[in-house]
Amino acid sequence: MRRARQFALPLLSPRLIAVWRRNFLVWRKLAVPSILGNFADPLIMLFGLGYGLGAVMGNVAGTSYFAFLAAGFAASATMYAATFEALFSAFSRMHVQKTWEAIVNAPMTLDDVLAGEWLWAASKALAAGLCMIAVISAFGYASYPLALAALPVLVLAGLAFAALGLAVNALASGYDFFSYYLTLVLTPMMMLSGVFFPVEQLPGPIQIVAAALPLHHAVQLVRPLLSGVLPAAPLLHVAVLAGYAAVGFYVATVLTRRRLLS
Amino acid sequence: MPVSQDLALQARNLRKRFGGEDVVCGVDLDIAAGECFGLLGPNGAGKTTTLKLCLGLIEPEEGSARLLGMEVPARAREARAGVGVVPQFDNLDPDFTVTENLVVYGRYFGPGDAAIRARIPQLLEFAGLQGRAEARIQTLSGGMKRRLTLARALVNDPQLLFMDEPTTGLDPQARHLIWERLRHLMQQGKTIVLTTHFMEEAQRLCTRLAIMDRGRIIATGSPRALIAEHIESQVVEVHGPGLGAWMVRARSLAPRFERAGETVFCYAADVAPVIADLRRQRELVYLHRPANLEDVFLKLTGRDLRD
Repeated sequence: MRRARQFALPLLSPRLIAVWRRNFLVWRKLAVPSILGNFADPLIMLFGLGYGLGAVMGNVAGTSYFAFLAAGFAASATMYAATFEALFSAFSRMHVQKTWEAIVNAPMTLDDVLAGEWLWAASKALAAGLCMIAVISAFGYASYPLALAALPVLVLAGLAFAALGLAVNALASGYDFFSYYLTLVLTPMMMLSGVFFPVEQLPGPIQIVAAALPLHHAVQLVRPLLSGVLPAAPLLHVAVLAGYAAVGFYVATVLTRRRLLS
Repeated sequence: MPVSQDLALQARNLRKRFGGEDVVCGVDLDIAAGECFGLLGPNGAGKTTTLKLCLGLIEPEEGSARLLGMEVPARAREARAGVGVVPQFDNLDPDFTVTENLVVYGRYFGPGDAAIRARIPQLLEFAGLQGRAEARIQTLSGGMKRRLTLARALVNDPQLLFMDEPTTGLDPQARHLIWERLRHLMQQGKTIVLTTHFMEEAQRLCTRLAIMDRGRIIATGSPRALIAEHIESQVVEVHGPGLGAWMVRARSLAPRFERAGETVFCYAADVAPVIADLRRQRELVYLHRPANLEDVFLKLTGRDLRD
């Protein structure tokens, strides 16, 4: 019975919105530095690499390297924003500030809390992606209206990375634990997913690995959409991201229940 | 087992294991509406775990609990709508002001913001935090934070209030203010369940107590009844040089002696012979007092340190 409950599908109430609103209220107080960070980080990388390397490389995959890289960064910025929120910020609320403990004393379940955090981390991811798309648009590299279709992709990617992050969070013993995930999972993913160069440059076996990574699928959707082209095999990419989001959130739920409820 | 609908809280044979250790082993509770019930025990006795089981936050291996007439954990969400909780450690939101803490917490209960905001002046007044509505949490004293946590637990106007060590870490002024606020809540007819290891707190506030040790309830009753039932009415505490020799000689003067390090406790209904003898001992220092709950507690749970 107890085991069955630990592995049950998440059972949610609309009150999970209150968790999202709590985080939003905190964010609103720190919105200016947060938004500046959303712009500054990728912009610095983009100008450094896009202009510097771009001058050496010329066109990549039929477009300027700056545009190629910028589209990749829209996807990776989403990944990092969702991940940092689901790791460091969620851990602080779960473990350090005991915010989750306070919430579940109200008529809220741990599933509600986790789902609220999940949606919140995806929202922050969308904000980070939007900042990148704003930059891309300002430089005239976004082709509307199709570029708008990149937004739901960023939401889906945000949900996928937020879910993975929450699952890691449920296993964390402290903030240092997250270095493993960042260094051993996210950094290689960033290199293998076609953010900096086309995946076709990689040796065949590594391309197979890349094809399993969620960031790869996000890039494969976002880049063509931003340049006004319909992606090849869009349903496959959407399905992989949705799979990571759904399975990831289920795993995160089970692991968090095991950590806090058993 | 008969199950009553009128009890604010009922637990039957609750058992919970953590990491192969029995933390709660067969706890029964019957707490009527309007009671202030104290759960006393040394550190690690299982008090907090018992509260969590009663709130339906964790699932017992065995046994059942009914919170406001609803089976938990099955209907815990519904039951907790009528419950307030003051946790052992402050978990106020450090990023928010006093008012924001109350509004944000109120939303977890579902009413609209307007309904929550309408309640806030009353809550601030209750907590003695008028004029602090826009203060940041970091600027509040420990006592103010505790009172805000209490106000936050009342945001849904609960019938039943759980308080886990409500005054631990507070200075006497702050502690007395909390006690006064709790009495006020009792007058309003609210049921209070608190855990504590301050005997004075339990003796002053609680209508009924359960003493818990190693996961079991080892005694239950009103503070007076527990003292009458478990211990002699008078105590003399003695210390000073020559204590050992005096104790051997004085054995016949009182029915029960207990030595803890450099102090001897003599328990008796009539301590006049002990005191008469002590008056002749220049070296020894003594204190005569009525027996209290702490004596009962130490008798039942022992004097060994619990960590």
